Amino acid sequence: MGASATQRAIDAVWRIESARLIAGLTRIVRNVAIAEDLAQDALVAALEQWPESGIPDKPGAWLMATAKRRGIDALRRRTTLERKQELIGRELETLQQLDQPDLAAQVDEVEDDVLRLVFMTCHPVLSQEARVALTLRLLGGLSTPEIARALLLSEGTVAQRIVRAKHTLAEARVPFEVPGRDELADRLSAVLEVIYLIFNEGYAATSGEHWTRPSLCEDALRLGRILAALMPREPEVHGLLALMELQASRLRARVGPRGEPVLLDDQDRARWDRLLVQRGLAALARAENLSRALGPYTLQAAVAACHARPRSGEETDWPRIVALYDALAALTGSPVVELNRAVAVTRAFGPEAALELVDSLTDEPALRRYHLLPSVRGDVLARLGRLDEAREEFARAAALCDNAREHELLLSRAAASGA
Amino acid sequence: MRFMVLVPGSPESERGDMPSTELFEAMTKYNEELVKAGVMLAGDGLRPTSEGAKVRFDGGERTVIDGPFTEAAKEIVAGYWIWQCASRDEAIEWLRRAPFDDGTEIELRPIAELDDFDEELTPELREANERLREQADARS
Repeated sequence: MGASATQRAIDAVWRIESARLIAGLTRIVRNVAIAEDLAQDALVAALEQWPESGIPDKPGAWLMATAKRRGIDALRRRTTLERKQELIGRELETLQQLDQPDLAAQVDEVEDDVLRLVFMTCHPVLSQEARVALTLRLLGGLSTPEIARALLLSEGTVAQRIVRAKHTLAEARVPFEVPGRDELADRLSAVLEVIYLIFNEGYAATSGEHWTRPSLCEDALRLGRILAALMPREPEVHGLLALMELQASRLRARVGPRGEPVLLDDQDRARWDRLLVQRGLAALARAENLSRALGPYTLQAAVAACHARPRSGEETDWPRIVALYDALAALTGSPVVELNRAVAVTRAFGPEAALELVDSLTDEPALRRYHLLPSVRGDVLARLGRLDEAREEFARAAALCDNAREHELLLSRAAASGA
Repeated sequence: MRFMVLVPGSPESERGDMPSTELFEAMTKYNEELVKAGVMLAGDGLRPTSEGAKVRFDGGERTVIDGPFTEAAKEIVAGYWIWQCASRDEAIEWLRRAPFDDGTEIELRPIAELDDFDEELTPELREANERLREQADARS
């Protein structure tokens, strides 16, 4: 194997092993920043040694053993140099733990560690942006440049965000644990939110040229699948996974040949990904079997399933979609959900009923700068034949929209309404 | 990126023998790891070729050939996986960990995404493709 082939193989090993490695080390040293440094040291050692020695049979175990050895060396060196006599308790403890036989070799333990790490990187003490960056980095195995590219940020910004996040976790003494029963629901919903945020960042890129960035969707799907394996009894984990699989099944159909967005009604259903549809429906069935009261992600997945099941758009069960949005609105009280409900009402019961709903939302402060409100209102008005008003709404929507591609789509709808 | 991993047959798989308990356990564990890592999207084993058939196309003529197929067992597909990985290198690294032995060679192939055919796939072809799928669905 040539040097560059080995380098690429090491990158691949890192992608596979880094989350488990960092999780296992965090359990030992109780500090995610130190754990990541040790893991990085092990990676450097691999880069030095593997081109010569070849890739070991159990690369994960090799990296773990090396990281622990480096940790012990570093601590010993520091303590002999500086304060031989007064090893502070924390470091002594760490040293002893690093010296223990490798308990992490027990698979179940490693998986529990990964789950603890998930709850740590999505901890509410961190800002939403910090949770996203840290989760991609520590659980997704993405490098800082990869994260920067995916989130359309500078490398410096991402690096700083990650350093600060690790610092905040240490300052706040966030424990490395799966939250207890009383906290679990809230903390889990924070985790799901982070994963869905990553997915959405890829699915409907909120700014910039590209309408979808599928690799970010794949990263989110992978995190969702990992979480579903770690927490198989949690209905909303399957609900979120179902939602993402079903939405991702339409990724290819959502973008036209020149990179322009294609809306659901106009999508070529032959381009929907059948394997992902099937996986999404299976995950939805698991979520529905685990709980009678459907949570917000499961409800949204059920809506997505209403679109995925029929062979043509005309067969879509719009009244059921309205009912699902009713349930979702009752659960979340979100005006965005109300807006979605208005779209479904247009299709189920006609534009008059929908216009009334949309108009009741125009004073909603949360929607004031939301481009989809005028966009939906424009669509309803166009269906009512009120084309001048529709054009104004589409133009207003375009002015509020950051995404270049979507902006174009809205302008073209405005132009079409004028014709 | 998606990959198909093609597992070749063996005299045992062609006889329809179950794998040894040992191999079965190793394979189950490996599959679990793939699922837990969010890599495995699908996978199945195939029944022996004695239960399969081939259709030979020649001009307008169609000839049905019943299994078993006579080529060497290792040229027969006995199972497959579909994986989603970040790169070809990652897929190779996963495959390296599979519990095979005895000189078995396992083939790893990137799946062509529909977009790869964008140039060739005219709207008419697409429509035909859609109709085919609908018929396939109606039958399943």
